[in-house]
This record gives sequence, C-alpha cells and structure tokens, in this order.
Amino acid sequence: MTQMNMIQALNSAMDVMMARDPGVVLMGEDVGYFGGVFRATEGLQRKYGEHRVLDSPIAEGGIVATAIGMSLNGLRPVAEIQFADYIYPAYDQIVSELARIRYRSGGDFCAPVTIRTPCGGGIRGGQTHSQSPEAIFAHVSGLKVVMPSNPYDAKGLLIAAIEEDDPVIFLEPKRLYNGPFDGDPNKPAVAWSSHPRGDVPEGHYRVDLGVAEIVRPGTQLTIITYGTMVHVCMAAAEKAGVDAEVIDLRSFVPLDIETIVSSVKKTGRCIVAHEATRFGGFGGEILSTVQEECFWHLEAPILRVAGWDTPYPHAFEWEYFPGQARVIAAIKATMEAS
Amino acid sequence: MMRSRLHVPRPPARPGEKPDFSYVALSPAGAAARPDPNAPLNDTEFLSRELVRVLDDDHRAVGPWDPHLAAPDLELGLRHMMLTRVFDDRMHRAQRQGKITFYIKSTGEEAVSVAANMAMRPSDMLFPSYRNQGLQIARGRNIVDLMCQLLSNTRDMCKGRQLPVMYHSVEGNLFSISGNLATQFPQAVGWAMASAIKGEDHIAASWLGDGSTAEADFHYALLFAQIYKAPVILNVVNNQWAISTFQTFAGGEGRSFASRGPGYGMPGIRVDGNDFLAVYAVTQWAAERARMGAGPTLIEHVTYRAAPHSTSDDPSRYRPKDDYEHWPLGDPIERLKSHLIALGEWSDEHEKTLVKQCEEQVNQAWREAVTHGTLTDGPQLDPEIMFQDVFKEQTPSLARQRMQLAQELKERAQK
Repeated sequence: MTQMNMIQALNSAMDVMMARDPGVVLMGEDVGYFGGVFRATEGLQRKYGEHRVLDSPIAEGGIVATAIGMSLNGLRPVAEIQFADYIYPAYDQIVSELARIRYRSGGDFCAPVTIRTPCGGGIRGGQTHSQSPEAIFAHVSGLKVVMPSNPYDAKGLLIAAIEEDDPVIFLEPKRLYNGPFDGDPNKPAVAWSSHPRGDVPEGHYRVDLGVAEIVRPGTQLTIITYGTMVHVCMAAAEKAGVDAEVIDLRSFVPLDIETIVSSVKKTGRCIVAHEATRFGGFGGEILSTVQEECFWHLEAPILRVAGWDTPYPHAFEWEYFPGQARVIAAIKATMEAS
Repeated sequence: MMRSRLHVPRPPARPGEKPDFSYVALSPAGAAARPDPNAPLNDTEFLSRELVRVLDDDHRAVGPWDPHLAAPDLELGLRHMMLTRVFDDRMHRAQRQGKITFYIKSTGEEAVSVAANMAMRPSDMLFPSYRNQGLQIARGRNIVDLMCQLLSNTRDMCKGRQLPVMYHSVEGNLFSISGNLATQFPQAVGWAMASAIKGEDHIAASWLGDGSTAEADFHYALLFAQIYKAPVILNVVNNQWAISTFQTFAGGEGRSFASRGPGYGMPGIRVDGNDFLAVYAVTQWAAERARMGAGPTLIEHVTYRAAPHSTSDDPSRYRPKDDYEHWPLGDPIERLKSHLIALGEWSDEHEKTLVKQCEEQVNQAWREAVTHGTLTDGPQLDPEIMFQDVFKEQTPSLARQRMQLAQELKERAQK
C-alpha cells in the first residue's frame, strides 16, 4: 500500500495497464509531454513513448472518433477530455457511434474505449469547468458510466474500465483530486493521506463496474449519492445525528439496484444527492427505481438534493453547490415526515 | 455605395430548365502530370484543380496516370460494376414491391467503389458510406448476405437492428456503416493511426459525399490524418447532390473539394470518378504514398448521382429530369466497356452474356435470401435478440426487460 491522491491513483492505473497491455494507448489535449493539465498522465509519455501517449489537437470529436478507429484496430485507447464541459463536440461520436458499434454490427465489432474526464464543481471553474453530465451519458444505451469518490476506487475502477470490452465514460470529480471535501470551502484543505481510501495498492487490482458501496452503514435513512457528494453527505449525516446509511453508487451503468433496494427496504427513508442540476438528473432514475421497488417499505417521500437548475455560476459557487446545509435540511424533512 | 449582400447558392438548373454542367471544370484525358507519390506538397497541388482522366474520347487509355491494367483485370472491374448495377436495380424494385423497406442505389458511381477497392489490398480496412455497395461486391461479399441484411431476416448480419444497406463484414475488412453522416471518416483515420502505432503495413480508406464534407467530422479527419501522417485514403464522392442540396452548399463553389487537402497539408486529387482507370490510378498512388509512410491523401471523385438519393426521394422535384443524360463525364460502365471494345477484348455478345449472368446470379441469390425470411413472411428473428449486444454481457436491468418482453409476447400470442 502507498499513499496516493486521486491523480496519483489514476496515473498508477494507466501505468499498470500500459505495462500489462501494449495495446493501451493514451490520447488527449496536453496529456503527452506536459502530462495533462491535472497531471494525471505525468511521466507516462517519457516511460512509454510518444506513440503510446499522444498529444491531440483541440478537437474532442476528433479525439473520440480516432480513439474509436484505434479500438477497431486492436488497441485499447484511453482518451482524456480535458473537462467534461468540453465533451459535447464529441457527443455524436459517443452516442451514435461508440455506444452502438457492438449493437449495430450484431456483435461483430466492438469499441473498447475509455473516456476519462474531470467533472463537477467546487474549484471556481464557473459554468464551463464545473458541469456534471453523468445523466446525459447514462441515458444512452450502450455506454457504461462510472464516477469514483476516492483514490482506491479511482484506480481499481479505471483498471476495470480499461479492461472492459465495452465503452466506458469515466467521470472524475475534480474537487476530490487532491483530497476529500466535505462541502465546506472555508475549512483548510484535507489531504488523502488522512483518509483510509488514500491507501492504494501499487499493482493491479479491480473495482468492478456495477457495484455500489455502503460507505456508512445505518438504519434510519438511506442516502444515495456519488462523487464529491459522498463526502458531503457523510459529514452531513454525522452532523444531523441520524443513523444514516450512505451508499456510494460508483457506477451509473450498470446500476447496482440490489444494494439500493435492500438498503431502502431496511431504512424506509431515502434521499438522493448529487451535484448535477436536479431536473432530469440521475437522481430521478434512482428515485423512480426506489419508488417501484420499495414503495410499501417507505415511511416518507423520497427527496432529492441537487444543484439548482441553473448553469454553475462563478460568483455564487457556494450558493449553487448542494452543501451540508441542503443535505441536513433534507435529512430533517425526511425524518420528520409521517 | 457598396453593400454586403447575402449570397445563396443555386444549382445551374431546376426542373423544366435545360441541364447545364458548364460549371464542371474539365481537363483533357492524359493532360495531368503524375508526380511521385512522395513529392513535396507544392508539386502535387495542381492535382486539386485539374481533373485526372485516363480514358479519352476514343476510349483509349492515355497519359502518365494510365495504370496499364491487363485485360482480365479490366473485365473483372466491369463485372463487379455490372453486378453492382444489376443488384441495385433488383433491390430498388424489391423496395417498390414492398419486399424491403428502403434502398439506396449507387447508379453512375460504381467505378468510385469498384476501381478503388481493386487498387487496394484485401487486408486494408474500408470505412464505407451508404452508397459504396461496389466495395462489398468487389470484396467478394456473398450477395445473399447483403440481401439478408436488406430483408432484416434470420440471417441478417445486423440481427435486424440496422436500416437496409448498413452492411458490415469482419472477414471482408468492411466496417459497419452508420446512418449518421461523416462519422466513419475520422474513425478510418484512427484505424490507420493504430496501424502505424503497431508498425503494420495495412492502410485504411473511407468515403463520404460532397454534402457530408460540411460536417465537423470531415475536418477532424483531415486534421488528424495530416498531423499524424496516418496511412489513410480519404475519398469525397462529389456526386453533386446531397438529397436536394446542391454541392455548392457544402462549399463546392469556387474551390474544389480536393483543394481542402492542400489546405491541411496533404495532396488533394480531383479525379474523373466515372473513369475506372483514373480512379484505379489515383487510389494506387495514394495507397503507395500511405504505405511508404508519406501520409494521407484526399481524393475528390467527380461523378453524378444518377439515381434518387434513396427510395424515399424524388429528384424530379428539384433537378431536371434529363440531367444525367447531359452529364459530361458519361457512365462508368459504358466507358470501361467501350475501352475494352477499343482494345479488341470485348463485344456486344460478351456484354449480353455478362448482363444475363449478373441477372441470374442476383435472381438466384434473392430466391435463396427470402428463404431465410422477409419482414412479413417465413422464418422470423426472435425479438428478444434486441437485448443482445447492447453490452458484451447483458446487464441485470436489460435481462429484466427481456423477460418483460417475453411475457408481453406470450400474452400477445394467446390472444
């Protein structure tokens, strides 16, 4: 075990996979010589050569399209889109091509491409460096979509994603790169070294896609969340003094319905929390599933905690961000209902 | 006083007007020089303005681009083109008879696919558009398989998931055709980049229409291909029309599509797309260039979409009915046939026999294909197949939906 922050864990995952499989190649804006704007690919071009760690033009559609072409020719590309906010020029290639190549060819062709992209707010990125687009990818059939919330999961999930024969959208909550964040921007930054999940094995291991994790067991209430909000919800549950069970989804597609359902059946109360805008957000999908599967076990209406339905505003970041206060208010409302 | 004025391009002739192809810049056959495939860009730039042609008005092969193909190769090319045309006509009729839902003909554009394929190796990977059936036929794909795809029947390679004509073949190195435009262009570049990364000798080629060059994917493809010197041949089939949209709306007015190549730093060649020998020769040149590591080539095939865009289109609503009869570059099959006759290698008798053979082959294939089912008769695909191949392994939620459908179908059957 080594202490790693999330960037180091991601770097280690790519390093491990490049050493194991000569077909793994990295590509993206600034990823090569410079090592990426968040340093996730630092040192990898030096180690594996400029043919395997490619600096790309600023053309996200071209990055994804050529990654698809490479995957059809036996490689396993890991494409970095510098910010999730920049991914939309590639949306057609992702939705109409990447996601459907296996399906439309009757299983004859497949495109094992992993797209890594930093998402989420909390870094003063304004409306073009803070978005959380998980729902618009999870909605597309044929894509696997995941988001880790700590270094250990980041490495294991990324290794599993690269090993997948299906395409994976790998969303990285960038506020967590350097340390866990409980939603209070006024507190001094905390490093991953103080967190048990900052202990990361150096070699190969997998965190399988489609498996959620109960990060805080509890009996009174289930909080279903992912990414940065895992840490916010943990702190909020602590503060609210409620015996809440917190589930880190980790994977949107495939979705671990069993873990969600058995928890809510046990607690009878449920909150879904995410940073993304509320309307049409992934929370709606969770909520519907809980309602369908657990209706007769519910003691209270299921509530959503989310970002407001506005773009992510630069000046009002902490008024937008669904921090502890918003989570605690939902916890209280849920606990007081009925 | 000068003022800005919005320019809205127009085609030269609308229905009821006299066809006018004076806008098509022609060069005499044999006139264009043939630079070395590794020549510096400046020494190839003229190729984006001229028109590479080999067959002259007397049906002789002339000039430096003559590929000197032996008579059996020419006959094979003619056979592939003829089979493509007969296949197209028969499938178009099948759509009109309600046997298939949709079809797209490639009439008048057969050389673009057939000659290009013959100038490449079977191990090269092709990323076709939906009007490249000549590639499937020239690569020896079983036409029964193509028909089963058109019928979405039990032997459909796409398992009933794709619109007719969206074929693919792993063994044939023919990538799955998308219904979205231009997406295959940068994918071909990525495939070629991987070939170079692996140090392999295989190259890629892709095709799209003049209209599709307006898509961003066209520009990504040229950019990435040139940056990484990908071993790829990028073909623009300028058949003048994108459904009802004339090629000027894709920027064909003033500058050739081939001239986009030098803009990105690669050669662009404007070729007579109805001249089998010229298409073969420029493809051979581009393939040689790609294989020697000199990088990509953009080829603009100047041709004409003689057929409607698809069976859902009626071109008489937007262009003169007799437009194609006035097309200055003629018909690719007629021209290769006349060349073979001029060589003393062909006759009207040969021609009749060939047409008959192709018709028999197509009719026999059709009879076989329908035994595997049509949309309405015969054996049918199991609808549960729709849940396969979304992912390599079915997710639990898809498995649940499959069971739900099975129940629905059971109840429907009981009614």
